[in-house]
This record gives sequence, C-alpha cells and structure tokens, in this order.
Amino acid sequence: MGFLDQFWQLTIDGLMVGSLYAVIALGYTLVYGVLQLINFAHSEVFMLGSFGGLFAARGLLPDDGSVPGGLASVGLVAVGLGVGAICGGLAAFTLERVAYRPLRRRSAPRLAYLISAIGASLFAVNLAGKEFGRQNVDLPDLFHNGTVFSFFGADVSTQSLVIFAVAVAMLIGLDRLVAGTRLGQGIRAVAQDADTAVLMGVNVERIIIVTFVIGGLLAGAGGFLYAMTFNASYSMGFVPGVKAFTAAVLGGIGNVRGAMLGGLLLGLVESYGGYLFQASYKDVIAFLVLVAILMIRPSGLLGERLGRAA
Amino acid sequence: MLLTLSDVEVAYGAVTALRGVSLQVAEGEIVTLLGANGAGKTTTLRTISGLLRPRSGEVHLDGRPLSSIPAHGLVGAGVSHVPEGRRVFPSMSVRENLLMGAYHDRRHARADLERVVALFPRLAERIGQAGGTLSGGEQQMLAIGRALMSRPRLILLDEPSMGLAPMIVQTIFQVIAEINREGVAVLLVEQNAASALRIAGRGYVLETGRVVLADTAAGLLADDRVRQAYLGEDVADGEDEPAPARGGAAAGPAHGTAIRADSA
Amino acid sequence: MSAPPAGQPGPGGQPGPGGAATVPLRTSGNPPGSVDASGSAGSSGSAGGPARPGWHPAVLFTPARLRQLGVLLLVGVLAAIVTGPTGNSDKPLQAAKDSIADVRIVLYLGLAVALWVVLVLGAELRGALERVSAPVRAPIGAAYGRRGGPIVLNLVLLAIAIVAPLVVSTAAQQSMVNDIGIYALLALGLNVVVGYAGLLDLGYIAFFAIGAYTTAYFTSQTAMPWHAPFVLNPFFVFPIALVLAALAGVILGAPTLRLRGDYLAIVTLGFGEIIHLVANNADNITNGARGAFGVPHLSIDLLGIDYKWGIDPLPYYYLLVVIVVGVMIAFGRLERSRIGRSWAAIREDEIAAEATGVATLRMKLLAFAIGASVSGFAGVLFASKQFFNPQSFSLQASFFVVAVVIFGGMGSRLGVVVGAVVLQGLAFYLRDKVPPADRYIYFGAVIVIMMIFRPQGLVPSRRRRREIQLAEEGIGAADSLGVAPTGGQQ
Repeated sequence: MGFLDQFWQLTIDGLMVGSLYAVIALGYTLVYGVLQLINFAHSEVFMLGSFGGLFAARGLLPDDGSVPGGLASVGLVAVGLGVGAICGGLAAFTLERVAYRPLRRRSAPRLAYLISAIGASLFAVNLAGKEFGRQNVDLPDLFHNGTVFSFFGADVSTQSLVIFAVAVAMLIGLDRLVAGTRLGQGIRAVAQDADTAVLMGVNVERIIIVTFVIGGLLAGAGGFLYAMTFNASYSMGFVPGVKAFTAAVLGGIGNVRGAMLGGLLLGLVESYGGYLFQASYKDVIAFLVLVAILMIRPSGLLGERLGRAA
Repeated sequence: MLLTLSDVEVAYGAVTALRGVSLQVAEGEIVTLLGANGAGKTTTLRTISGLLRPRSGEVHLDGRPLSSIPAHGLVGAGVSHVPEGRRVFPSMSVRENLLMGAYHDRRHARADLERVVALFPRLAERIGQAGGTLSGGEQQMLAIGRALMSRPRLILLDEPSMGLAPMIVQTIFQVIAEINREGVAVLLVEQNAASALRIAGRGYVLETGRVVLADTAAGLLADDRVRQAYLGEDVADGEDEPAPARGGAAAGPAHGTAIRADSA
Repeated sequence: MSAPPAGQPGPGGQPGPGGAATVPLRTSGNPPGSVDASGSAGSSGSAGGPARPGWHPAVLFTPARLRQLGVLLLVGVLAAIVTGPTGNSDKPLQAAKDSIADVRIVLYLGLAVALWVVLVLGAELRGALERVSAPVRAPIGAAYGRRGGPIVLNLVLLAIAIVAPLVVSTAAQQSMVNDIGIYALLALGLNVVVGYAGLLDLGYIAFFAIGAYTTAYFTSQTAMPWHAPFVLNPFFVFPIALVLAALAGVILGAPTLRLRGDYLAIVTLGFGEIIHLVANNADNITNGARGAFGVPHLSIDLLGIDYKWGIDPLPYYYLLVVIVVGVMIAFGRLERSRIGRSWAAIREDEIAAEATGVATLRMKLLAFAIGASVSGFAGVLFASKQFFNPQSFSLQASFFVVAVVIFGGMGSRLGVVVGAVVLQGLAFYLRDKVPPADRYIYFGAVIVIMMIFRPQGLVPSRRRRREIQLAEEGIGAADSLGVAPTGGQQ
C-alpha cells in the first residue's frame, strides 16, 4: 500500500497521538511561562499519573478478565482520568516543593534547577520501577475495538475518538482558564513580569504552585489516555516527555496555543515520517524536528507569547 | 501618620543600599524623594512595597508594621507602586493591564476602569492594543492608571518622567496633582527635581543610602545645595569649579556626587 | 582569607554580617567563635533560624519546627519505601504497604526524629562540632594555606590512590578501573563543560560511546560487523577517537550553543538517546544489543618496551591513575589560562564577557569539544579494557556522570574525582544489597539533596562557591544559562 492509501489513517493516528503530546506539552509551557525554566521532571509526572490512572481502572475491571464495554467503560475512563489527574497533580506538587522551591527560596542559579530536576526524575523513575515492576503494564481496549465510522477508508475506533475528544476538551478548558479567569490573569501576569505582578497583589508563590499542579493534572490525565492506547512502564515518561517538549518549542515555548498546535503538528509529522522511513526510528524524527526548529526558528511557530516579550 | 520608615537598612548581599533611612508620609500629601542615581530612591520604594526586606529598621503603615504583610498583600492595604521603567505587561491589552490593577479586588473594576479612562483619554483610544506597543508616555499613563485601579491611599511613583518628552512630562505631573487632590497620598521619586518640588509639599534628599536633607518643598527649592546639585543652578558663592571630592556632610553634595553612577 | 570578593565596589567598607565575605571563614578552620558570628545568612533554607539567646524547650513546638518534624517523618517513610521490598504491577501498592507495615519503619521514623532533634539543637551542636573538628581541620587548612601545602596534600592523596588497590579484593579492583577510574576521567571532562563553561550536557555518554565504537571499528575485524579494512593498535585509536568525539561535539554544539543554555541540555539529551538507539538497533553495523566482543587489550611495543595489558585490572588501574593525574594537571593549567578566565567571565556575566572581547560562542564550543574529546578518550580505554554493549551508554549513565560532577563539586578537579570515588564506591557497596537499577533511586536522591543543601558539592572549588553565593544574592551569575527563574526574595 502506498502512502496516499494510508494517508487518512496516518492522519487520524497522528492527530490522536499529537493531541496527547499537546496535553503534556502544556505542562512544560505553563511552567516555562511562569518560571522561565524547563521542568525536566515533567515526564515523570506524566509517568506517575499514567500509572495511577491505569491501576485505578485495572482495579475496577471484573476479575474474570472480561471488558464491560458501553457506559461502564465510559465510567472506567472517567475514573482513570480522574485518578490519573490527581496522581499527576500530587506528583507535580511534590516535585515543586522538594526539587524547586528550596532552590527558589535562595534564588539559586539556573543550572541548579536543571540538575535538581534530573535528580528528581532519576529518583521517581527508578522508584516507580521498583514499586511497580519493570514490565509494561497495559489495559485491555475498553471499547471492544469498535469502529465508529470510516473516513476515506480509514477506521476511527471509539477508543481513539474518546482520547482525541478528551484531549481536545482539556486543551480548550485550559485555554479558557488562562484567557478568561482571574487565575489565568495571575498566571499571565507572573509570566510577563513577576515583580510587577506582586505589586498588583498577585501571590506569585501560589501562582507557581498552582501552575505546576495544573500542568500535573493535565499530564496525569494525558498519561492515562496514553496508557489506554499504548501501555505504562516506569521508563515510559522519557520519550513522550521529550516529544511534548519538542511540541512546546515548536509552537513557541510559554505559549499555550502554540503548545497545542505544536503537539498536533508533531503527531502528524511523526505519523507520516514513521510510515515513510522506518518505524523503529520514529523517535529520532522528533529529535530532528527539535534540532531543526532550534536552528531555524527558536521562538517557535507562534512565538513565546505567554512569557516575557523577548 | 500614613507611612513611616524608621531607620531602615537594606542590603543586596554584601552591598548595603540603605543605611538607616527614616521618612514619613502623611495622609493626602505629596512627598518627593530626590537624589542621584544609586542614592537608594528605588530601593526605598521597593522596600516600602515589600519587594525587598529591610535588614533592620521598620516600615509602618497606619502604625502597623509592614513586615507582617506579604508583598502581594500590600495592594490590599492601600499602597500602589508604579515601578521604575513603567513595567506594563507587554502582551496584555491596555484593558487587561488596567484590570490587573484591580486583581486583588474586582468589585469596583468596571466603574474604576471608566474613571481611569476618563482621566487618560489616550488610553481609551488604545484600549484593545497590547501594552508593549504603546509609546513611552502612554505606557506611563497606563502604569499610573493601573495603580489607580486598586483605589490606593498611597501611591509610590518611581521616576514617572523618565525618558519622556517635556510635553508629556507636564501632563503626567498635572495628573499626579489631580490624583492627589482626590485625597491620595503620593511618594514621588524624581530626577526632575524642579517639577517634583513644584507639586510636592515636602521632600527628602537621599545620598548614598542616607537622608541628608528633609524640608518643605519651598525650603528645599531655596536650599543652595539642592539648587546646585539637583536643579543645575550655579550658586553665587564664587565656586566655579566644584571640587570633585566630597566635603563634610554640611557642605552638601558637590557635582561629583550628583553625577556619580553607582551600581545599586 | 576573609578579603571581600573582587569586583565589589561596595559604597563603603562596612563588612556587614552574612555577606559573601564571610564564606571563606567557614571552611578555613577559624576559631569557632567567628563561625558562629558569620551565622547561616547564606543558607536561609532551614525554616526559622536557630534561636540562640534565651533558649527554652518551648522553641521545639513552634509551627515551623513542627512542620520540619512532619517533613522529616515523611522523608523517613519514603526512606522505608525506598529500602523496602520490590513490588510488581499486579499489586501496585503492596510493596509500599509492606514497607510501612514492617518494623524497620520504627527505625526510620526514629532516625527522622533524631535528625530533627539534631537540627533543632543545631545551634548548640554546631559550636561543639566546630570545636571537635577544629584540631583536625586546622592542620589541613594550614597545610593548604602554606606555600606548597597543596602539593604535599595531593602527594598524600596520590599515595593513597597508588596503595589502595593492593589491599582490596579483585572485584573491587575491577570496580576501581571500570567504575571509579573511567568515571573519574569522564567527570573531569564533563567538569570542563559544567564546571568551567557553566553549560549542561546531558548526552555526555554519547561521546564515550563514539570512542568505544571507534575502537572496535579500528582494532578488531570481529568485534562488529562493520570494521576498518586494517587493524590498528588501540593506542593509535586514542587520537582518532579524540578528534571524532570533539568533532561530534562541535557539530552538535555549534547550532545549539547560540540558544538559551537549557536548550543545549535537551538537545544533548536527544543526541545521547539517538546514539544509544542507533547503537542498539543497527545490528549490521554495531552488532546491536549484543555488543562488541573481542576488542584487543592495550599493548605497547615501542622502543624496546613490549607490554600487554590483560585481564588483570591493576595495570589498567595504574594507567588510569597516570592519565587522570595528567588530565588534572593539564586542566588546572587550562583553568588558570586565558581560556579559563574567559570561561569564568562567561559564567559570571556573559554580556560583559562578550563586551570585553571574549568570543563567548567560540569559548563555549571549545569547552564542549574538550569535554567531548575526554569522553571519547575514556571510551577507547573502556573498550580495550572490557566487553561493552549499548547498555553501557544509556541515558542513566549520562545522568550518573552529571551526578558525580555535582556531588564532587563542579569546577573542582579534585572534587569530581572524589565524587567518582564516593558515588561509585557507594554503587559498589550497594551492588549486592539492592538490585542494580535501584541504585539510581539513591543517586537521584543524592543529586536533589546536594542541590538543596550543598550546591557547591563535596569538595567545592573556591571560585565556584563564591559565584554561587553571589549569584544567590543577586550579583552576577554562576552559569551560562541566562537569568535565574522567578521567585525567591519574598
């Protein structure tokens, strides 16, 4: 089969994965926005959320190994999303308190944050490996592989539709939150000028921790969605983490809509590229995209808007 | 007394910026803070608004020590700070910038927005434009307007005339006087001593972190040392070439001090 | 000793407590009184300072103290989980539950409380501690202060390094070569990047891999499917690997070093992963996951000297000692040279450095290339010494080198070698006690703890410590990554 025959299928797969990259990318972008800092341990927040959601959903599956389907499955997804989000939020909160806050308190140099994040990441990955085993953990397809509709010969399964819909709903929700609420107002103010934000009465410490938690909630829920299609493992965070970071840079780091656009684009590029080249080098494509953007347009497609104008 | 600083010392690491500054601002008055670059004027304002913490000494607002209020709680206590260099949020619109001023309490935001826009008609024309795209004068108006949005009792202004055309400076000073007429106390830091002393009731002169002079505006305007150092006038005492070295404290600032660029 | 740091025009001569000027006091074996006077102004991390005057048991129960106790108890529970049984995905929470239900939890919670008590009484104890350690520290400090003192001290350390392998087991000797020696060399190289130039390279082990695979390519017809048409003595591969690794560093660094420093970190991370992926997947080039077998040992047959290194680790060890000492001396000269001063300038204020004519981009690139070439060089040694497969070049290995540099003290040559000794020593000690992969939990914790409590490392470089201190007070910077993140100074 040629590329053109597969085009729509690849597009649909790409959009689904891309929407997940976008959800994770928001965590990088939000934290970058308020702290001008790449949160290297965000991939572990994703991993922990993913495990949390997955274990919760697995715990609710009937013992005989059957899959409920229908409305019960929707319930399972909701539980998984909720628990995943909570675990992600908790992980992000802890991360900020342990690995970042003490350094912020004494305004440590930037390098210290990166290194501290790497330490936290190393700790979390291997602790998860120890606690949950080092094999892949997966979830049966909750929707019996049902195809909802075909689209130019491409099948859209219920599962990918659910994932895409939830991801997009989260993206829109976050966009509204940042653009239209008082919290969003505070986040944007801190991102643009933290000192002046204080003068306006913004509690910067609170905005920072809330930003981490929002990123964690999204990454955790996204992690569950990711584990639904693929699987979860202690080391699962790294690759989607770097890809989501790439997506954030592609769209313009610090820019919420940029991260969404970047995620979807990267998902598509990777889906097409993985078909045209070799599937095992799929991960390399994201890195090449990253290096290419950094060389050609380091401020990303939409610019670094949420962050400082620079 | 609305605001009292008693013997405030502030240091950046090993560098001491304020060495025991005491000053007062009463309800409804305009007080100006004069001094050369690096004298500690901005540091004083940043300390009042809680961005810096004094190493010793106290800042009191209405007799209440400010150390009990976090920096972000100061707006709620009635102090609004217009920082040096205006610091408008560059990618927020004029309206969003103004609304940031009412962040801590949004109840009166709508009414206040109209009031501020009436005070600065130029902002009304630019209401949807991004803050970063405004001219310097418009940004200054926006910064002042934003500060007014919080209904302050005391407003701290850090060099509002910096880098602006004379025409606009005049407008800004008119507005400051008008704000004051509505009962808001103003602590004004200025390089433009002549204009500042014209609208102020009292003033302090800071030099390397200390208050060296405190008087009414008229008194300061008449003071030889002030006229020589800050108003750029030659004082008729036959001193053609001002000595580069600093004399005793009583001899006052020579040109050498006034133009000395300090890093603080 | 207590002179204020250079470049501080300060408006007066007032020393003032808690300034950068007090820092050198603390490690120079001064009388205890002066240490107390300097206080802990720099490290205001601990909640609520120790209240010395008018001490009363009630200070134990301030909210800050109780919070501290709570945090320590949580850490104790975490420690119990970390050291507890291994779980699996069928019962995800079982292992944690078992850890907490175990009697050992009492030990950990007890330790937490004990630590809390020590912290609370820290003010009392610190004086006593200084008094106890002063007799030990004073001669060392004095020896360092005296002319030629460091040389004597270094000779003592060298002597220890020479004698040490003779008194340990063969397994430990192996570890001293493969783990400590090689990683000391790697850390010295990464130290140029992180410690001198203030950049972060997270794919550092990729250059090590380049060195190792280059060796396999040139020295053996059988190690990999892909090999040179001729066979070289491994010694001739050293310069080739050096150049190739440096070249790879330049190719990778040139486009990214222009950008913000944290981008370099993530690009190098990606690069490290790509190299690992290629090494692992390219079966018909690198022999894939099976790794390269049969790379010949080092041998020399020159000017009448004919010697072959073999399975005995000791000759490799002494070769490594020679190389490590040589590199330390060379980098010491480099650090004090014009180039070293340029790096310092870049770390402390990149814009000012650029303005005074430092070619910042070229200097960063140079540091990056030097670091890469040391890594490549170490790769040759590693490949000749023993069998390797792509696992040796995993991401975690890169992180481990970073951990060694940070732990030891970035910018400090002796520090990073000590870091390699201590961390690899810890790894060796843990080797039978915990599963190998679990060791990284401890390393991760060590990195975070160091960043929180002792960012300058175990054996800090004096200059770096001062930079970090000053940067935290808002004067200058201590790395090349741009302005510090939001926050602090509330």
